Amino acid sequence: MIRSEILREIAPILNPHLVVCNIGLPSQELHMIDDNERNFYMLGTMGLSSSIGLGLALAQDKTVISIDGDGSVLTNLGTLPTIANNVANNYILLIIDNGSYGSTGDQPTYAGKKTKLENVATACGCENVVVCQDVDTGAALQAAIDSKQMTIIVSKCDSGNIKLPVITKDPVVIRDRFMTAVAS
Amino acid sequence: MSISKKIVDDFVANDVSFITTVPCKQLAGVIDEVEARPEIFHIPSNKEDEGMGLCAGAFMGGKRPAIIMQNTAIGVTINTLATLTQYYRMPLPMLISYRGELREPVACQVEMAVHTKALLAQMNIPTYHFHKESDADELDAILKYTFMCNKPVAILTDASFWGGYGDQ
Repeated sequence: MIRSEILREIAPILNPHLVVCNIGLPSQELHMIDDNERNFYMLGTMGLSSSIGLGLALAQDKTVISIDGDGSVLTNLGTLPTIANNVANNYILLIIDNGSYGSTGDQPTYAGKKTKLENVATACGCENVVVCQDVDTGAALQAAIDSKQMTIIVSKCDSGNIKLPVITKDPVVIRDRFMTAVAS
Repeated sequence: MSISKKIVDDFVANDVSFITTVPCKQLAGVIDEVEARPEIFHIPSNKEDEGMGLCAGAFMGGKRPAIIMQNTAIGVTINTLATLTQYYRMPLPMLISYRGELREPVACQVEMAVHTKALLAQMNIPTYHFHKESDADELDAILKYTFMCNKPVAILTDASFWGGYGDQ
């Protein structure tokens, strides 16, 4: 499976929850599959999906799922110790690990070579690190939500992209409707 | 009252309850005070752009955030300021240790100091410079201004403001 197929499969599980979605194709795909006010789309700032999600989870009680990529986590590797040391049990970091920088043309990442992000997360002190195959992502995500324990999921999948348009919504509109959903 | 306590009192009085910090010798007293206050959730970050991401999330979660960092971080965070904090129009008070100004003992710090105000001006970030202790009297108004206009706002605090670096 490629990332867009995983997103299509897990969209009903994500739907009731607050989602912070990574820059580029992941946000465009989620926007196409299930646009709703509980989704925060990153239009820029590669690497910070996990940080934004953690800040949001620490600030309020609703479940927050950050959708990130292996390339983006490598960009902001310092996020993993911060997550490990500031436990928010309403927080799930879902790393869709396709071993490539999908939005920029599928250049390989180091996570697609020798580096194992699940081992990095564990070494950083993250206590619930789950590795799954693409087809099992939905089950792993639902289990993490039900566990009410902060969880890092690394979902291994194929690289590959679908063609789809950029998000043209105004960033302040995205942010405002998201904050209304957070506060509701 | 110590200046560190006064600064953190102003944060608390303005309902700032989520503060991320990156270590700094000059700001050590403020960071200790932030850590000590039960009204504030203190979350150290490993890099300043990561901290700005945390602050963005906390703001959307209903908290008033702030970041405490050195001016070298301006070089690190330009993209985050432009594409996250400013693009989504979020407030962010940035209490900044202005290294490389008068009484600076480390030459390399001057290399970013000479760019600091130019970069902030280029980013259209409202910037205040605390040089004397009485300059901090404006902090309360600066915080109110920040959360009124939903912008990142820089508060540069130099070595003279902090009373130098102590014994070298």
